[in-house]
Amino acid sequence: MSVGTAVADGRVMAGRYLRHVVRAPEELVIYFALPIMFVLVFGYVFGSGMAVPGGGHYREFLIPGVFVMTMFYGIGATGTGIAVDLDRGVVDRFRSMPMARSALITGRMAADQVRALLEISALVVTGLLVGWRWHLGVPKLLAALALLLLLRLALSCVGVALGMAAKNPDTVATIVFPLAFPLSAISNVFVAPELMPGWLGVVSEWNPISATTTAVRELCGNPGIGADSWPAEHALLLAVVWPVALIVIVGPIAVRRYQRLGV
Amino acid sequence: MTSTIVAEGLHQRYRGGAVALDGFDLNVPEGIVHGLLGPNGAGKTTAVRVLATLLGFGTGRAEVAGADVRRDPASVRERIALTGQYAAVDDLLSGRQNLVLFGRLHRMRAREAGRRADELLERFDLTGAAGRSAKTYSGGMRRRLDLAASLIRRPRVLFLDEPTTGLDPRSRNQVWQAVRGLVAEGTTVLLTTQYLEEADQLAGRISVMDAGRVVAEGTPDELKSALGADRLEVVIREAGRLGDAAAVVGRVARSEPDVDPDLRRLRVPVTDRVGALTAVLHELQAAGITVADIGVHRPTLDEAFLHLTGRVEVTA
Repeated sequence: MSVGTAVADGRVMAGRYLRHVVRAPEELVIYFALPIMFVLVFGYVFGSGMAVPGGGHYREFLIPGVFVMTMFYGIGATGTGIAVDLDRGVVDRFRSMPMARSALITGRMAADQVRALLEISALVVTGLLVGWRWHLGVPKLLAALALLLLLRLALSCVGVALGMAAKNPDTVATIVFPLAFPLSAISNVFVAPELMPGWLGVVSEWNPISATTTAVRELCGNPGIGADSWPAEHALLLAVVWPVALIVIVGPIAVRRYQRLGV
Repeated sequence: MTSTIVAEGLHQRYRGGAVALDGFDLNVPEGIVHGLLGPNGAGKTTAVRVLATLLGFGTGRAEVAGADVRRDPASVRERIALTGQYAAVDDLLSGRQNLVLFGRLHRMRAREAGRRADELLERFDLTGAAGRSAKTYSGGMRRRLDLAASLIRRPRVLFLDEPTTGLDPRSRNQVWQAVRGLVAEGTTVLLTTQYLEEADQLAGRISVMDAGRVVAEGTPDELKSALGADRLEVVIREAGRLGDAAAVVGRVARSEPDVDPDLRRLRVPVTDRVGALTAVLHELQAAGITVADIGVHRPTLDEAFLHLTGRVEVTA
């Protein structure tokens, strides 16, 4: 099977997943509503009591974290989408057809990138409305968005592997959501790690979510980049290394899971 | 006649270690419907999934449409289509979008895929529902859409895994009609079913499966006669004359009849259906015995099936 046909099949499959968004927009609404709700709840309800180390406006601090958290919750969408396919048997049809077997995975990941762009755009607008700004010019803003998309790509891999392992959309939901909230809470998304108890602060600083969050803050000139710890000082590096490591580790697992469906 | 589906000594275990296929053999010539009949858990679906390249297998050899299943699954996939027990369609997409998607994955251009989708929607009576999500379809419509998806490129071999399970009679007839049409165009069909009537209706040959292997094979008629001869059944009016009737029937059929006193019924195997029937009727009337009912019965495929798989002792 040539690379050309694999790309063509992946594109058809990406089109399929995007058509799902058009035909069942309620799912996307949930994925839009959740981060916007976080902006409002943390930005206005809890935010009045939140301090940003080194000063600065809390909502400027918050928005980059919500960008990252939104990417993170995407694992749920990816995992559910894959599990639904496996559950309904439509994957059996794909597997009995002379198409590239990679297309299901590459198509899903490509569609996730498009979804991520939509979600980010909605959040940029929300952020601007509540007082968030990028202060260091458009090229650095684009670099920040590229880091977000890279993170989403890695999390797509995780979602695909999870969906393949769970094979059932409900199982995916029961795995992802109880994990997603503590993982985003024990990071620098809502609260600066230096305000947490010692060990929790360390976990929070090394959390992959924190790396991208700090990097986005840095690239947008937002406050709260943090103390002089190693992960905080090398956030840009970590924001690239973490996702690439995830792709290298989880990507093959996802592919192998898919190949082993019939064994 | 060339063989389109060949399986020799296939062995396959479930993940837990239980044996799913235990020396499964099959030889299906081109252009017929071959029925794979058996109770739940006999291994029918496993056999189909192995032949359709969805499932690996342990030992043995399999060839479908001229390609080796293990060594060249890609060529097998070029030549087959599969319609499973559960409609393998995309629930969120509309019926038409489903068919266009599968057409595109068959490397059709967008326009060609659209045209083919419209043809198939028309043929399967789905044009009116073409724009609706597949999840809003009834069971019969989904199955028809699933079958249509299998026919986007006319396959050389079509695997139908219990295609009418849970369908209403009208949808079932539509599926049967479509299958007959395909075979007329030269497609070979391997049909698994638990419904003996379905196998009887569609299949030119039947393999009966039990515990992962084929336990009997033949035409539906051969399988029925494998059970034994036709049976003559007589019910008489007066219970008091059962003994006399048994003597008459025994003499004509040259075999001791089974007597059921409660039903006042006598049963005896016969070889000459019409001759035996007229002779028994004549002799009983001559002996002054009133006949309430008389007939010759061929064993049903159900009986043949139960007999072959040994699930129930059939006493005939």
